[in-house]
Amino acid sequence: MPLASYQTSVPVVVDDAKCIADKGCTVCVDVCPLDVLRISDMTGKAYMAYDECWYCMPCEADCPTGAVTVNIPYLLR
Amino acid sequence: MALDQIVDGLSEVSCDVLVIGGGTAGPMAALKAKLKNPKANVVLLEKANVKRSGAISMGMDGLNNAVIPGYATPEQYTKEITIANDGIVDQKAVYKYAQNCYKIVEELDSFGIRFLKNENGDYAVKKVHHIGSYVLPMPNGETVKKALYRQLRRARILISNRYMATRLLKSADGRIAGAISVNTRTAEMLVIKAKAVILCMGAAGRLGLPTSGYMFGTYENAANSGDGYAMAYHAGAALANLECYQINPLIKDYNGPACAYVAGPFGAFTANNEGSRFIECDYWSGQMMLEFYNELLSGKGPVFLQLKHLHPDTISEIETTLHKVERPTRGLFQQGRGVDYRKESIEMHISEIGFCSGHSASGVFVDDNARTTVPGLYAAGDMASVPHNYMLGAFTNGAVAGTDAMEFAENHDFAEFDAADVATERDRVMAPTKREDGIPPNQVEYKTRRLVNDYLQPPKVTRKYELGMRRLAETRHDMQEHMIARNAHELLRALEVQSIMDCADMAVHASLYREESRWGLYHWRTDFPEKDNENWFCHTLLSKQDGKMTSEKRAVEPYVVPIADDEKDLYDKQRIRASA
Repeated sequence: MPLASYQTSVPVVVDDAKCIADKGCTVCVDVCPLDVLRISDMTGKAYMAYDECWYCMPCEADCPTGAVTVNIPYLLR
Repeated sequence: MALDQIVDGLSEVSCDVLVIGGGTAGPMAALKAKLKNPKANVVLLEKANVKRSGAISMGMDGLNNAVIPGYATPEQYTKEITIANDGIVDQKAVYKYAQNCYKIVEELDSFGIRFLKNENGDYAVKKVHHIGSYVLPMPNGETVKKALYRQLRRARILISNRYMATRLLKSADGRIAGAISVNTRTAEMLVIKAKAVILCMGAAGRLGLPTSGYMFGTYENAANSGDGYAMAYHAGAALANLECYQINPLIKDYNGPACAYVAGPFGAFTANNEGSRFIECDYWSGQMMLEFYNELLSGKGPVFLQLKHLHPDTISEIETTLHKVERPTRGLFQQGRGVDYRKESIEMHISEIGFCSGHSASGVFVDDNARTTVPGLYAAGDMASVPHNYMLGAFTNGAVAGTDAMEFAENHDFAEFDAADVATERDRVMAPTKREDGIPPNQVEYKTRRLVNDYLQPPKVTRKYELGMRRLAETRHDMQEHMIARNAHELLRALEVQSIMDCADMAVHASLYREESRWGLYHWRTDFPEKDNENWFCHTLLSKQDGKMTSEKRAVEPYVVPIADDEKDLYDKQRIRASA
């Protein structure tokens, strides 16, 4: 059966200007318990690839440059 | 390269002791096994990353069940937990925990984890339970995982992150032989031969569906999808009292703890819409949850955690703790809602259902040495049947499991398993990747968990359970025949759904078997509304026998600590009575 994707606003936001994933950093991707973050092939920066967040915060707490912000996802606000 | 592209591969490694799950119990089990025999190989396998995995990913605010000399005795604690569980407790394991846990507190202290002390330098234990005092705050509780990780590195434990264990391997004579796992980012499979295996895979916390609209907005770390329960079941191990669900009182929508254990000792309390107390004690028991449920439905709800009557300095102190550890996005959530604890009470609600011995009593059956019913297979933490374990129980029983498992490994050689079992499992694991077309894992998961909410949530009605069972069987068919995974990450989710489905089936089976009501809301059967001690003062053990789900009774072991007749129902008296 055909598949479609539907839009969702994701809680984890990465500030590309601060993110150093293009220098080889993978800290946020490494620590995420749900494994939802990835490094973009296009920008070289981290981003939330899968909307499966527990809004737990290791990505934000462990980021060495303060580039990651965890927001409360919209439906919970 | 496409995101999380599937790589075809199968390799094999071996170790003396394999620990599966690197949250709380797992690291301690691995550490104790290695310290017992530093020459042996200990592998710690983790679905996420040991640095930040499990229920204590962001730390913990305190110990909920510490038996500290001078404040409580092992006898008193054992008695309290027995009464809180309506008497269905093998006390030996609880008593052993109560005797050992102080040593573990001191050991954690030596790791650099601090516990609150008073001006005399004694541990500042607080009272939350109905009878005794066991709650000990942790001022630097956010550092727990880092402290554990340091110990693991120092002991040279081999850590394998991002491997999800899927099935256990056994020899023809029923002894444990290892486990099969799959890399969550490449789908490559890894067989790990081991002389002993310890399961520390957490609660089945992704069983019920939160109403928020987020499948991962669960109370438990959403990675805890019940894989350990499913693996133990398929390996033929017995699971105890699964009908004694975990249901918790939580912050509405946010679905994290409110948390009366932290705020209660300072004078906060659970209140109804009239601002009145309605429960005697905030400790999470089934009896307390039933009163909470009744209050919500009585017209006197909503239910709140009330702090606003406290001194502003006290509130600030509580706030700092609650917004720093365990679920630190809580502060952000309250801020977004405009809730200031000084002015407004915190709206609470009831969580989705799950299995968790950490808070209730539903777990893989273990004895006081953390041994399951499969030789060489151990379990500890939230998924093992020692009731009301919490974090300190996970550490303490993890330590017991690690030591005993290494002793087992020293006395046994590798057990031989059948290569055909690996081939069969590889086919099962990879099946969703072989289909061109079908249903994505998130939809199978949503449907399964909605059925859990609609039909399995207490009060348990036999007719609803029978309907639920039918609908779950239909969904299982869809899952087995039509689920697709287009990359390794989707495959991880597809495998988790299969654990969730197994847990849902076990929840139905165990609940229908026990024909009485017990543990307050956890097992309230409307068709059998009374507690029936004559026929059901026993454990129930669920296991796979000849390929079929089977339940049987198991007698409660004779008590180590006797309970007087007038003490037995202390936890039944949770509702505050109107004073004359």
